[in-house]
Amino acid sequence: MSKPRTLFDKIWDTHVVSRQDDGTCLIYIDRHLIHEVTSPQAFEGLRLSGRKVRRPGAALAVADHNVPTSDRSRGIDDEESRIQVETLERNCAEYGIEYYGMDDVRQGIVHIIGPEQGFTLPGMTIVCGDSHTSTHGAFGALAFGIGTSEVEHVLATQTLIQKPAKNMRITVEGQAHAGVTAKDLVLAIIAKLGTAGGTGHVVEYAGEAIQALSMEGRMTVCNMSIEAGARAGLIAPDETTFDYVQGRPMAPKAGQWETALAYWKTLPSDPGATYDTEVTLNAADIEPQVTWGTSPEDVAPISGHVPNPANVSDEGKRDAMRRSLDYMGLSAGMAVQDIKIDTVFIGSCTNGRIEDLRQVAALAKGRQVAPGVHAMIVPGSGLVKNQAEEEGLDKIFKAAGFDWREPGCSMCLAMNADKLAPGERCASTSNRNFEGRQGRGGRTHLVSPGMATAAAFAGRLADVRDLG
Amino acid sequence: MDKFTTLRGVAAPLPMVNVDTDKIIPKQFLKTIARTGLSKGLFYEMRFDEDGKPKEGFVLDQPAYKNAQILVAGDNFGCGSSREHAPWALLDAGIRCIVSTGFADIFYNNCFKNGILPIVLPKAQVDMLMDDAGRGANAILSIDLKDQVITGPDGGTISFEVDPFRKHCLLNGLDDIGLTLEKADKIDDYEAKQNHSQPWLAG
Ligand code: SF4
Repeated sequence: MSKPRTLFDKIWDTHVVSRQDDGTCLIYIDRHLIHEVTSPQAFEGLRLSGRKVRRPGAALAVADHNVPTSDRSRGIDDEESRIQVETLERNCAEYGIEYYGMDDVRQGIVHIIGPEQGFTLPGMTIVCGDSHTSTHGAFGALAFGIGTSEVEHVLATQTLIQKPAKNMRITVEGQAHAGVTAKDLVLAIIAKLGTAGGTGHVVEYAGEAIQALSMEGRMTVCNMSIEAGARAGLIAPDETTFDYVQGRPMAPKAGQWETALAYWKTLPSDPGATYDTEVTLNAADIEPQVTWGTSPEDVAPISGHVPNPANVSDEGKRDAMRRSLDYMGLSAGMAVQDIKIDTVFIGSCTNGRIEDLRQVAALAKGRQVAPGVHAMIVPGSGLVKNQAEEEGLDKIFKAAGFDWREPGCSMCLAMNADKLAPGERCASTSNRNFEGRQGRGGRTHLVSPGMATAAAFAGRLADVRDLG
Repeated sequence: MDKFTTLRGVAAPLPMVNVDTDKIIPKQFLKTIARTGLSKGLFYEMRFDEDGKPKEGFVLDQPAYKNAQILVAGDNFGCGSSREHAPWALLDAGIRCIVSTGFADIFYNNCFKNGILPIVLPKAQVDMLMDDAGRGANAILSIDLKDQVITGPDGGTISFEVDPFRKHCLLNGLDDIGLTLEKADKIDDYEAKQNHSQPWLAG
């Protein structure tokens, strides 16, 4: 009998085109997502060397990082941003790649539109010049971020030169309490692993609490794998996955659907498969989480306190913590719930999907954003926006005082006009709290959509469970 | 890509841990469609104030380190975003080698694609090199990729590991894409096989 294999092993083995003696492999890439920021130099490289795009039909491109999320009728004001978006459009036209422009209802954040269109399917290899490509692992696809040189490599050859990653399994046992969402689970996981804990690994998330998640929740978890240093995150495909995929525009059609389904059902890890690293958490121990510092591993429960650098023995870590607290304008030992906020950002490829917006709306009915707080909601795609408006969520948001905007990356990385001012403090559903990420000098606290909503109403970090 | 064989140059110490690629080059410099000239954004927020005026004191701006070609960095260097603008900016500023206890995967990979050698060493050795790098203009390290050895200012040596295939590409300045295209028939075979076994992926 052959050795039991993990989900990762199976996808990897299926995609090896050739293997060198030292274990370096050429692996086939099934799907390639492209956005405007990390692709222009790749197309330029192709042009300079006179190479072609091997398989234009396997790629899908969208402008998301630079697009305005307010009135779009005037196009993009910022000249460099505009040129970057136009360059993508031109490159796609020249090489025959499908492109969703700003006025296309399917436009949105690259990691939201792939799943939405059925472009993302179980068992695939998927890449994008973007570290949060790990999101697509929620479907049981091997999906990871690459640099621009590799974007060019994939365009020219539809392959990548890689060595297999190590296998890690993170099991979240039991059931999560009410008010504890996928975002809280993944923040707790990052806190446990540390920001480099997953380096060199592909992480498979398993256990009752993971299986119980919707596809949206699974995408939130896999999205942040990179914040623990992991190359990719994976969740075994099951009925939840198949139900989500079926009927999407690019999903297999009747006739092929059954064959695909039968194959996808062979993907989950074999019983007895072994992992290089195993980590276990208990969902019942996890409270709603917030970050207090400038690394995604700087996590505390909402009932907790800002830690004290004096209690840290490692010198490098102590210095980093001091620097973080200084940047964040926080004092050691203060209660997390005493941290006042100015801004709320709900959106991003982590939490900009319809389920996230429904959670916000359910809490927002009959409540008001605190005076002085600017709370913005940026849907992940045009289709998410339409769906939310069909369900009347936009009316609830506006009545509660939220700013309801057009789809894009927006204040997740503040490359467009949406940014924090120096010293401004934000409860954000995005994935990175790095210094300056949401605007120079801006202070980011990562939270779930429910927690961001609670913060919007309280004007400080607050426990979503108190909203009842 | 430029070859990397041997390098003798000033090493600059950057002991901060978890230096993310947003910190190496912030987003306002990602709007370019070129890959050159990015050193102006390198470590921007540590080097310039909000009005764009130079701040004093960042290591690469000190006279002794102006021409540094090597960076001795804290743990988990290059984490976060996949932006290849980070190694482009380092390269544009003259950095050809980075030593740390660990690198984030994508950044590590991106370095090799641009002729930069990232070296991973145990903490004790990185600490030693960090001390060496603290000696200003005397902080000269020699790096020999072929023999996989770093020689310190006092003549002490440290050997390092590097993946043989990556070493080969770096030593010869090889273009990955060219190498892969030599295997085009294998890729054709793979596609033919996949069209048959997973027909829903065709198209
Ligand atoms: S939403 Fe943020 S993390 Fe996601 S792709 Fe856009 S910028 Fe990157």
